[in-house]
Amino acid sequence: MAADNEVSAIYYIQHHLQNLTFGKHPENGWSLASTSAEASEMGFWAIHLDTMGWSIGMGALFLWLFHKAGKTATAGVPSGLQNAVEMVIEFIENLTRSTFHGKNKHIAPIALTLFMWILLMNSLKIIPVDYFPELFGKLGFEYMKIVPTTDVNATLGMAFGVFLMILYYSIKVKGAGGFAKELSLTPFNHWSLIPFNLVLEIVGLIVKPISLGLRLFGNMFAGEVIFILIALLPFWAIWLLDVPWAIFHILVVSLQAFIFTTLSIVYLSAAHEHH
Amino acid sequence: MNINMTLIGQTIAFAIFVWFCIKYVWPPISNALHERQKKIADGLDAASRATRDLELAQERAEQTLRESKEQATQILEQANKRSAQMIEEARDQARAEGERLVANARAEIEQEINRAKDELRAQVSHLAIVGAERVLEASVDEKAHRDLLNKLAAEL
Repeated sequence: MAADNEVSAIYYIQHHLQNLTFGKHPENGWSLASTSAEASEMGFWAIHLDTMGWSIGMGALFLWLFHKAGKTATAGVPSGLQNAVEMVIEFIENLTRSTFHGKNKHIAPIALTLFMWILLMNSLKIIPVDYFPELFGKLGFEYMKIVPTTDVNATLGMAFGVFLMILYYSIKVKGAGGFAKELSLTPFNHWSLIPFNLVLEIVGLIVKPISLGLRLFGNMFAGEVIFILIALLPFWAIWLLDVPWAIFHILVVSLQAFIFTTLSIVYLSAAHEHH
Repeated sequence: MNINMTLIGQTIAFAIFVWFCIKYVWPPISNALHERQKKIADGLDAASRATRDLELAQERAEQTLRESKEQATQILEQANKRSAQMIEEARDQARAEGERLVANARAEIEQEINRAKDELRAQVSHLAIVGAERVLEASVDEKAHRDLLNKLAAEL
């Protein structure tokens, strides 16, 4: 009995942590993975439909809301949605102004996109862990993990986007030569130390997006695991732990979105600076 | 926890969202915000200017009031002085007129008295002559004694 429980608990946890994967299986061809093993056998040429769907949905929700507010935005007395949207915009503007020291009016909208998108994706966490897997199970989908930021692909994907921006702005501001010089001649400005500098700087450069993505993923994934573990408790004990954890996560959700955004701005600011 | 194409997909989605945000979402809201900021700043400016204007106007009003008060007292003083002067003048004139009248009357009276005296003298001398004629009857030559009588009449 105890062993049975253990097995079902492990199965439950694994089930809740498995993405709905569509990809090319060596044996079954292009198909939805029906087990975790199949999903990992698909290798790189697979896509997490749930992660993509929910993240695009959240991004679209953000853009729709803000676009709607923007269309009717006036300089007069704001109300309702415009108030809320302006609060976020002002917050991001202040954050950008205090963190970003270059002159680039695209940084603030980039930060806004990151912040609101991550915030909305993280917020999906507050929805009880069983609702959507059950619902989609009834519809015939084996897996459904609705929080995109608990998928390392999503967080690294965004971090990779930030990384590309860092490269783009570094080259745009300093020129390809300037950027190469920065990579090869700092911190030690001597020709004999160029290889050493290169290794140091390139590692430093690559660590930025990886730490960015893994930080968000780690926090969200760990929180999700705790939610799932709490859901394994007897039904009368769930709320005792679930409620405080969820309340705590209201903080974590916004804090992680804020950290990701701030660090992105810092990295982009560094990309604009000459050394 | 497989790394797969989702990563690329997410990056593409991110790029599209950022593009859309830069192009369509950020500018209108940001513009509205800045416009409002400017409006409020202008309003505050106008308010402080109006306060300053009000102060100035009050000061000016006070000054005008003070000046007009001063003027009024001045005018009043002048009027008082003028009236006193006029009264004084009128009094002087009246006195002079009275004196003139009295002098005239006196002169007339004097004249009258003199005339009466002359008349009286003439009559007295005539009477005297007549009396003397009566007393002396023809003994007196009127012609011979006229000078004498006239002298007598003048002495009266």
